[in-house]
Amino acid sequence: MTTTENKVPDPELAAAVDTAGGATAPGIATGYEGTIGDQFRAYIARVRSGEMGMLPAIGGFIVLCILFEILTQGDFLGLLNVSNLITQTAFLAMLAVALVFVILLGEIDLSAGVTAGVGMAVFVQLNNSLHINWFLALIVSLVVGIVIGGFIGYFVAKVGIPSFVVTLGLFLGFQGLQLVLLGNGNSYRITDPSVLAIENSNMPVWAGWLMWAVIVLVSLGSAFYDRTRRQRAGVPVRPISMLAIRVGAVAVFTGIIVALLNQDRSVSVVPVQGVPIVVPIVLAILWIATQVLDRTRWGLHLYAVGGNPEAARRAGISVAAIRISAFVLCSTLAIVSGLFQASEVGVVGSSFGQTDVLNGVAAAVVGGVSLFGGRGRLVQGVVGALVITAITNGLGLMSLPGGVNLLITGGVLILAATVDALSRKRAGASLARV
Amino acid sequence: MVAPIIELRDVRKSFGPVDVLKGVNLKVYPGQVSALVGDNGAGKSTLIKGLAGVQPYDSGETLIDGSPAHLATPKEASRLGIEVVYQDLALCENLDIVQNMFLGREETHQGTLSNGEMEKHASATLGSLSVRTMKSVRQKVSSLSGGQRQTVAIARAVLQKAKVVILDEPTAALGVAQTEQVLNLVRRLADQGVGVLIISHNLADVFQVADHINVLYLGTMVAQLETKETNNNDVIGYITGLKSVEPSAAGAAR
Repeated sequence: MTTTENKVPDPELAAAVDTAGGATAPGIATGYEGTIGDQFRAYIARVRSGEMGMLPAIGGFIVLCILFEILTQGDFLGLLNVSNLITQTAFLAMLAVALVFVILLGEIDLSAGVTAGVGMAVFVQLNNSLHINWFLALIVSLVVGIVIGGFIGYFVAKVGIPSFVVTLGLFLGFQGLQLVLLGNGNSYRITDPSVLAIENSNMPVWAGWLMWAVIVLVSLGSAFYDRTRRQRAGVPVRPISMLAIRVGAVAVFTGIIVALLNQDRSVSVVPVQGVPIVVPIVLAILWIATQVLDRTRWGLHLYAVGGNPEAARRAGISVAAIRISAFVLCSTLAIVSGLFQASEVGVVGSSFGQTDVLNGVAAAVVGGVSLFGGRGRLVQGVVGALVITAITNGLGLMSLPGGVNLLITGGVLILAATVDALSRKRAGASLARV
Repeated sequence: MVAPIIELRDVRKSFGPVDVLKGVNLKVYPGQVSALVGDNGAGKSTLIKGLAGVQPYDSGETLIDGSPAHLATPKEASRLGIEVVYQDLALCENLDIVQNMFLGREETHQGTLSNGEMEKHASATLGSLSVRTMKSVRQKVSSLSGGQRQTVAIARAVLQKAKVVILDEPTAALGVAQTEQVLNLVRRLADQGVGVLIISHNLADVFQVADHINVLYLGTMVAQLETKETNNNDVIGYITGLKSVEPSAAGAAR
């Protein structure tokens, strides 16, 4: 019955004693054991139980590609249009990544688009009117983003106003601020060659391959790093062949893209070739931000607050600090997306960015990020942006009226939300079965 | 008899004119399960909140391992080895078992999470409680049953090297089989040397798992009984106030 001596709880000792008497192996797996086949089956089981992640978005993207390829008689996946598609996606992808940080918390930033507009208004005034170096001007506008994000975060986390309301207020207010900053009706041409180059110039062929090598080495390195750390901790690791397949897939996929972009895609005599400069910038930001979310306590706490703020609070996490930092990141990255857009269109006017934010939210949702918070990854924002841009781009090639574009984008959004809701229902059903 | 790990002496708490705790004594022993029973409004929650440091007592003595302690904040209580598993469990459903068990106390190496180490320690802790019902420690909590969630919450307290674990209605929302699992878990927890204080409305559960039964009635500890020496009817009598303080029980309370 009861023990009378005062034993000190020692989990490891007790575990050893316990397993000696009963089952042979510790009863609970980690999900890392087994052959490739086991891992694959476990993955299929997860997908079937509703954890689909960005699979529907990738599937949708492939379907769209095939569809447009047929409808445009080969123009859609032509070399020129592939590079166009990539540069057109860059700004929406960046905006979606920015928004994912706050969407993961179950919050929203309706002002992200106009924040980009305000940031770029500051930028052009510094760069064009005051002739300040573009890099310094960019730093100043990023600081503007930090301030805006801090402002939103303070009112959401400390004052306790729903983020929808705070950012709706800023959405209205910043349209006025844009007018004030640029002067009524004025628009400024982006003149700085470095800024224009981001979206409109390509890297030399060798730099494209260097980027490819860096991507392969980094994914190989981080896979091995994780593996060694798990081994050192004495927990099971996945079969090494799986690591090889994964890194191999990254190498082949990115290799094909780089090889395609390094072809001459010019329609005139002057050759146009190379990976657009914006690509390595987006990839670098995406990689760093993903590492922060996946590997740091801050990232884990962001997911925890998004999943259950009360549980996070009781676990000693500073919920307010997490919220404020997420809004700061969102606004700052929104201004980076503004820079891409300014570089792409070459003009900053007083309505810059005003219609973009909902596309950014749509991209995140299409990519599989849950608006309820706690579920989703940054890369899903990028995939969602790719889907939405592909629709705009493909319909543009078919020279259909603009109304059709919006109708289809809206339909895709509702379709994506339906897939998400159905998969949730499915997850709920499997939960009842367990 | 073992020395109590927690001893409350003449603890009082009032909210305005309402005296909720009117001089309560309580002892929790290491390696044993003490039950706290009482009708709604008897003051069970207030007593627990005092021990958790959420709502400090107005007066009275709190002894932990025989030395006086002041439980003013939850952090303080946690530092002294007191962990409370609340009824609503406070787990993040979107995170996995390991992440929930370490939430807020993650192990890191050079600023990055030591996932392997945490996984190992979580597995060891669950193993020490003979938990066999989960497929993987990397399972999301959203895919767990109520009993499994309760297990995760209790294992989380064990992982913090708790000396005393307070369980608030751990079986209230569970089915028969899951209740059995959780009660077995509570027993094993005590067998590890942890002092367990369990609050329950279900007397069958209490008689199955507890060594001592403490009955609160309108802010007064009316009986402190050994489970072996009492029966269901007596306990119900004390809970409803039909039976009053026995001289022997009053002596034990002192």
